[in-house]
Amino acid sequence: MRKKMTDMVFEGLLRLADDNLILGHRTSEWCGHAPTLEEDLALPNIALDLIGHAQALYILACELNPKYANEDALAFLRLEHEYKNVLLVEQENGHFGNTVLRLFYFSTFMKYFWEALKEQCCFEKLKKFSEKAVLETSYHSQYSSQWVITLGDGTEESNRKMSDAIINLEPFVGELFSEDNFTRESFQKDFFPELGLICEKWKAEVQSVFTKANLDLPNITLKKRGGRNGEHTEVFGYLLSDLQYMQRTFPNSSW
Amino acid sequence: MTKEEKETCLWEVFIQPKNGLSHRHCGSVHASDRELAILSARNVYARRGEGQSIWVVKSTDIVSSDPDKKDEVFSSDDKIYRHPTFYDVPDDVGHM
Amino acid sequence: MTTELQKTGSLIKEFEAKIDQDEKIEPKDFMPEAYRKTLIRQIGQHAHSEVVGMLPEGNWITRAPTLKRKLSLLAKVQDEAGHGLYLYCAAETLGKSRMDMTQELLSGKAKYSSIFNYPTPTWADIGAIGWLVDGAAIMNQIPLCRCSYGPYARAMIRICKEESFHQRQGYEIMLTLAKGTEAQKDMAQRALNRWWWPSVMMFGPSDADSTNTEDSVRWKIKRYTNDELRQKFVDAIVPQAKKIGLTIPDRDLKWDKKRNKGTGGYAYGKIDWDEFWRVIKGDGPMNNERLAAKQRAWNEGTWVRDAAREHALKKQAALQAAE
Repeated sequence: MRKKMTDMVFEGLLRLADDNLILGHRTSEWCGHAPTLEEDLALPNIALDLIGHAQALYILACELNPKYANEDALAFLRLEHEYKNVLLVEQENGHFGNTVLRLFYFSTFMKYFWEALKEQCCFEKLKKFSEKAVLETSYHSQYSSQWVITLGDGTEESNRKMSDAIINLEPFVGELFSEDNFTRESFQKDFFPELGLICEKWKAEVQSVFTKANLDLPNITLKKRGGRNGEHTEVFGYLLSDLQYMQRTFPNSSW
Repeated sequence: MTKEEKETCLWEVFIQPKNGLSHRHCGSVHASDRELAILSARNVYARRGEGQSIWVVKSTDIVSSDPDKKDEVFSSDDKIYRHPTFYDVPDDVGHM
Repeated sequence: MTTELQKTGSLIKEFEAKIDQDEKIEPKDFMPEAYRKTLIRQIGQHAHSEVVGMLPEGNWITRAPTLKRKLSLLAKVQDEAGHGLYLYCAAETLGKSRMDMTQELLSGKAKYSSIFNYPTPTWADIGAIGWLVDGAAIMNQIPLCRCSYGPYARAMIRICKEESFHQRQGYEIMLTLAKGTEAQKDMAQRALNRWWWPSVMMFGPSDADSTNTEDSVRWKIKRYTNDELRQKFVDAIVPQAKKIGLTIPDRDLKWDKKRNKGTGGYAYGKIDWDEFWRVIKGDGPMNNERLAAKQRAWNEGTWVRDAAREHALKKQAALQAAE
């Protein structure tokens, strides 16, 4: 691969891997604290999938960049501004409804993203990986949509809580679909799919779930952004201090 | 502390390990409705890829025989003519 | 009246004959009330232990040092939720509802294994828990796969199969630390020092002081006594510690050829039973925190469970209206 192409693929893998790692991290925080024992199994299950996706993608990424010895160097030893995840995934969990709504937003987006990669991606290894990832991600979307419907339709209180969650997350949704030089170039080179198309599918699916849930889908515009350039929200530093604690405290050790 | 709360339904979970085999009972889950029941069943009983089809059935919908009448219900084990060894066939006929 | 008594008498005889012949007892079979109660208590405690046991380890999921370790730990803690769930289901077949058991746990009425009232200050504690606590749990659990109560035995078979990686995971963590830097070795040794005695105590009071053992053994709910299992555990762990160069914090530990009916075993020092009872009675290092965490999760989840029930009712009503 030519240098410019390699840089682009590396950047794309990081964006995907960081989204998955950070949402996996947040999801794993639920372990032992969920509303039912059944959900205490479901959420870690999803966290396992997400972190597993991140691991596989980091492995592909560090093959392209000799600066990073292995997947752990990428996951644990970058500086804050080197993480490329969207701001949506780093936000604190909030209540269970907020958590499943975010998961629904993200996994529905990722489901269509993986589907598109499965159809077309110039980086063969990623294309191959998307075949497995799309299955797990579809399941996350199904699981979370079921809870969005249940909670939206459930009681007055739960409907109100879900409406609050929609307002709370709304400013962060636009970034999933926002274009920049990377997205334009990667689409041109047949590496990543066009986000506009994914956005349309995403909106249709979210709308149909919200209808069943008696919830209103707000107008999605680009509001808060920065994650893709490494500009994160305040909460991200705390997340990293947990994530990186061991590797930073005991450098150059095997675990 | 905690307020009185109603229990959600119990569902029995059956998993078919692969095509050609029958669904087998493997445990139960609590869930408020069938959609969540099937999702939970998958999370609880198929997280190691154990199977390709799941059934969930409300526990209260299962009709079972009375254990006190076990002898009446299962009294036919003396019908030896239902078993192949009841019939004499010459050895040289081979496998039958 | 007499006939009723006679009938019960013959049922008990039948029940005992089944136990003697190693037949399983199933939910709808006759069983003496004491047998049912013992099982509910034991299975309930076991289930609560799995559920509370998620907390000390769950504590380290977000801080696990590598992706590989993070994934194994998540999978392991998730298994514990699963095991709690299988066990609650087994107890439910005896007529005790999950809701009742949950309330008993949250109100502090029900007991769970005291081991989970100890803290996990370092990563090495995750290794020590897997190696020692899961090691002790497996000793306890393998014989339970042959327990006389069918649903319990079946749950245990599933649990033991799934747990087979847990102890190896823990030992591998300890092994890696013991081979690592000075700081890592020190971390491992300190964790072993912290977890050794609580793990030895996990088998419960010594046989002389155990009130429940006799019936449980007779009914084949339990197949070995506390002290027999404890001895097996010590004999298994001592050489494993030696192999990775860690020291068991017991100066009285020595080979004793008279143990295990003359085949030999390790003699160990005096167990601090005062500490054991203190932690059981609620005065351990983390009793309040563990219970508070479970209560908080339950209370914060109330609106979710309420909504789920309400949504189910609405759907059902809509379905009936359509018919």
